[in-house]
Amino acid sequence: MKLELTRRYAFSASHRLHSAALADAENQRIYGKCNNPFGHGHNYVVEVTVTGAIDPATGMIANLSELDAYVTQEVLEPFDHTYLNKDVAAFRALVPTTENLCIEIFERLKKFPGARLARIRLEETGRNSFTYAGESNGSGT
Amino acid sequence: MLEVTVGGEPDPATGMVLDLKQLKEILEREVMERMDHRFLNYEVPELAGQIPTCENIAAVIWRLLDPKINSQAGGGRLARVRLWETPDLYVDCYGPREAGDGDRADGAGRAGKDGLAR
Repeated sequence: MKLELTRRYAFSASHRLHSAALADAENQRIYGKCNNPFGHGHNYVVEVTVTGAIDPATGMIANLSELDAYVTQEVLEPFDHTYLNKDVAAFRALVPTTENLCIEIFERLKKFPGARLARIRLEETGRNSFTYAGESNGSGT
Repeated sequence: MLEVTVGGEPDPATGMVLDLKQLKEILEREVMERMDHRFLNYEVPELAGQIPTCENIAAVIWRLLDPKINSQAGGGRLARVRLWETPDLYVDCYGPREAGDGDRADGAGRAGKDGLAR
């Protein structure tokens, strides 16, 4: 059976959308209120989807407490209640749009040893979300 | 919470992929009557010998629904079973994998011992 297990996590962080590659006026035009110099916050929801065969001994695709611990260590602890632009190294030179944040989270979780990471879905608000399944994931997910 | 997704072309005459009334009856008969208010470890024969994890229950539900839905009039086919265990955990089942991926033919995790609470 093709099965996927999805777990939802939440963290809160602030960011400012401002690209060093663009002039101030262009940043303001493209990002609007999101370019406010002092940033703004979001309550993010991360959906982590893993896939694989069911372990006959446990009946599980992945051990949930191992997954929780891994996500906590790799994503929630480093991101929760931070200013992404300054506190997360990856975003000192990269605009912390939710697109880029989604990719960053995928990259941090793809080495999870307990099961294969299928995709990350990141909700920035209740009305928009982004999904990333890696560069060369084929049609497997 | 169980979400059942059926895919296919709308029937030209009815405009429906699957008659919702038929789907409701199938779900009532195949899933609700078997599993609702049951102790899954002991009272559901389809789960006998398996640990009733969300993964295993989703796979059992797929195997119960797939033939019933696919035998209905029209082209509707079972596309996905999504079983929510809690608001922050769910399992999606898409049916048997393609051959040769190393999965068990019956897709079921079998175990001789109990335990491993979630």
